[in-house]
Amino acid sequence: MIKKEMIAMLLAGGQGSRLGVLTSKVAKPAVAFGGKYRIIDFPLSNCINSGVDTVGVLTQYQPLRLNTHIGIGIPWDLDRNIGGVTVLPPYEKSSNSEWYTGTANAIYQNIDYMDSFNPEYVLILSGDHIYKMDYEVMLDFHKANGADVTIAVMPVPLEEASRFGIVIADENRKIVDFEEKPANPRSNLASMGIYIFNWKTLKESLIAMAEQPALDFGKHVIPYCHEKGQPLYAYEFNGYWKDVGTLNSYWEANMELIDIVPEFNLYEEYWKIYTKSEILPPQYISSDSVVERSIIGEGTDIYGKVYNSVIGCGVTIGAGTVVRDSIIMNNTCIAANCEVNKAIIAENVVVEEGVQLGIGEEAENDTAPHIYNHGIVTIGEKSVVPKGVKVGKNTVISGVTCADDYENSTLASGKTLIKAGE
Amino acid sequence: MRAIGIILAGGNNHRMKELTQKRAVSAMPVAGSYRSIDFALSSMSNSRIQKVAVLTQYNSRSLNEHLSSSKWWDFGRKQGGLYVLTPAVTADNSNWYRGTADAIYQNLHFLKNSHEPYVVIASGDCVYKMDFNKLLEYHIDKKADITVVCKDMEPGVNVERFGTIKMNEEYRIEEFEEKPIVAKTNTISCGIYVIRRRALIEMLERCAEEDRYDFVRDILIRYKDMKKIYGYKIRDYWRNIASVDDYFSTNMDFLNPEVRNYFFKQYPDVYSKVDDLPPAKYNVGAQIKNSLISSGCIVNGVVEDSVVFKKSYIGNNCYIKNCIILNDVYIGDNTHLENCIVESRDTIRANSYHVGEDGIKILIERDERYVI
Repeated sequence: MIKKEMIAMLLAGGQGSRLGVLTSKVAKPAVAFGGKYRIIDFPLSNCINSGVDTVGVLTQYQPLRLNTHIGIGIPWDLDRNIGGVTVLPPYEKSSNSEWYTGTANAIYQNIDYMDSFNPEYVLILSGDHIYKMDYEVMLDFHKANGADVTIAVMPVPLEEASRFGIVIADENRKIVDFEEKPANPRSNLASMGIYIFNWKTLKESLIAMAEQPALDFGKHVIPYCHEKGQPLYAYEFNGYWKDVGTLNSYWEANMELIDIVPEFNLYEEYWKIYTKSEILPPQYISSDSVVERSIIGEGTDIYGKVYNSVIGCGVTIGAGTVVRDSIIMNNTCIAANCEVNKAIIAENVVVEEGVQLGIGEEAENDTAPHIYNHGIVTIGEKSVVPKGVKVGKNTVISGVTCADDYENSTLASGKTLIKAGE
Repeated sequence: MRAIGIILAGGNNHRMKELTQKRAVSAMPVAGSYRSIDFALSSMSNSRIQKVAVLTQYNSRSLNEHLSSSKWWDFGRKQGGLYVLTPAVTADNSNWYRGTADAIYQNLHFLKNSHEPYVVIASGDCVYKMDFNKLLEYHIDKKADITVVCKDMEPGVNVERFGTIKMNEEYRIEEFEEKPIVAKTNTISCGIYVIRRRALIEMLERCAEEDRYDFVRDILIRYKDMKKIYGYKIRDYWRNIASVDDYFSTNMDFLNPEVRNYFFKQYPDVYSKVDDLPPAKYNVGAQIKNSLISSGCIVNGVVEDSVVFKKSYIGNNCYIKNCIILNDVYIGDNTHLENCIVESRDTIRANSYHVGEDGIKILIERDERYVI
């Protein structure tokens, strides 16, 4: 008989549109992070480290990279005879075929998957946060309180609380009320989007609420449980937790990894983060290069100078090139004599010789200033930046660009250059 | 693939000095993130050999740990797979492996229970990439009984620890000398052989009856004129690491971009067990010149012309030149190391000074490490 105490459902279907061109071809959970990882590695590693060996990953937006990365779950030891990791895309039904229309709707459509493991508890996670958390401790808290639902919360500065879903709890951590992005928050406990449900409660609520369009946990399911008077508790988490939803927060979270003793430490033995490593060889650093305050992935060759940067695996940095304050993802090649300042360069990009990125005065981005800001140059995957061009700040490049796409070999600050097709 | 594989990984070699106190030669770390046996295993896997036996005997803990899962080389299969065969006491045998032929003879069931017509025998202490399909084609074309892979060494290279081969113009082996004092040729045997499975079983059984145990002496040399034994020349990179000097220079070869390109970038890949280590980290004060650094390292000092293996820590103001730092080494601040091989999991105290004056110094300090 199959019986799992707790299984996890990991929501990984979102685009993460505020990451701009970084997520134009991959789902946000599949975006590279910290040199060799992808964002989804963090919740997946947390699961296995917490003893949760059955994880359903709900995918919808651009799932190819995610599917390839997860495979049968070998890197996380989630290749199990019973359970393990299962990728759950939306599927056709005899009636009412639909996409996943909301977080809870996605879970609703996979009730059969969850039922097959006969679980006591279901852990709901999202695939776009960087943190280390022991879900087993949260489960103990859930059991000790006799809760039906436990919501993980973290204290945020009160002035920022209006950006979050806020939970109001009594002195026993029992939840009294909720506020979604309140103007005048009554509490500083922000919901982290991590829930433990008693399976019975979850199943019953999902079925009862099935007709609700865009069924969402925060907006519909949790309030429904609360109104029915079921005991809801808030589990306070005080460790490092970072939402990398915007380009700037993504950039900052990467840069924090290169501090001498980073707040989020990847070098700890007892809570390893696992990832699929396709590239094994060591990195080579040549005689004329400089590497300082940086982390660098496997198989990368450095012939130039690298300062304050996070470099992925299989990258080449050419001779005479200077890279500062940048994130360069796997298999990207920066040719010789380039200058790269505060750039996020996605995977498999080719930057040809003598290119200067991130120079000149800052100017607001012309197409999406709410996405491209803080002076960051963003280059989408598989792009080509031709020889000798100068690129300003708050700029975006995506696609195989050639010299003709640049006026006077320049892309001024704030400009967007997105070329469709290959 | 119509062959099974056997990798001989049981040996020790006194030329490795203190380095094999900890592990068999085949488990020696190579090129930053591999172990020696990975090259033979990957070549077999990439040649689509599905069933491989690794024969171990000497100091096999580290090797067994490395082979604890066969999935890294894609041997986790329903058909075939990876077999680690150690000597076992049985009703009619209570000996260790007394030689290479005896090692295979004691596991004759592995040969008898297979159906593939050929056997590829390789040793675990060499660094190379090879397509065994081509070797097998050559073997069949030549209608050979045994094919021996061989390599022309550069003139002047000391070949006294190898078997040397003299062939006629058809590549048939005429002379085979084991570890000659004065070598007549500079063509050496690479320790890789192809042979028909049935023929191997017969020869091994006959050897055993006559109390002969060595594959080279008692099969290759003894049968040289009776059987058709051919040489197959390997023209690509091939090195044996079973002496301190060769081990050191093989690792240093990987600082050469051509060698790196051949092993790391060109098809097919070399596989190894994956350690879940974070990227290497370079703090203020790190200065790296012409070196290989592996994942999980934290570097605060100067490293020149060296190979640093996984998970090592190099303290502030250190100066490391022309060294091999094996896995998980801690080097305290202000340390000066030159021409050294630092044994894995070692701890070098702050303010140490070690220089290999005439040749490579093997550094084993065994100091206690205080983890903060």
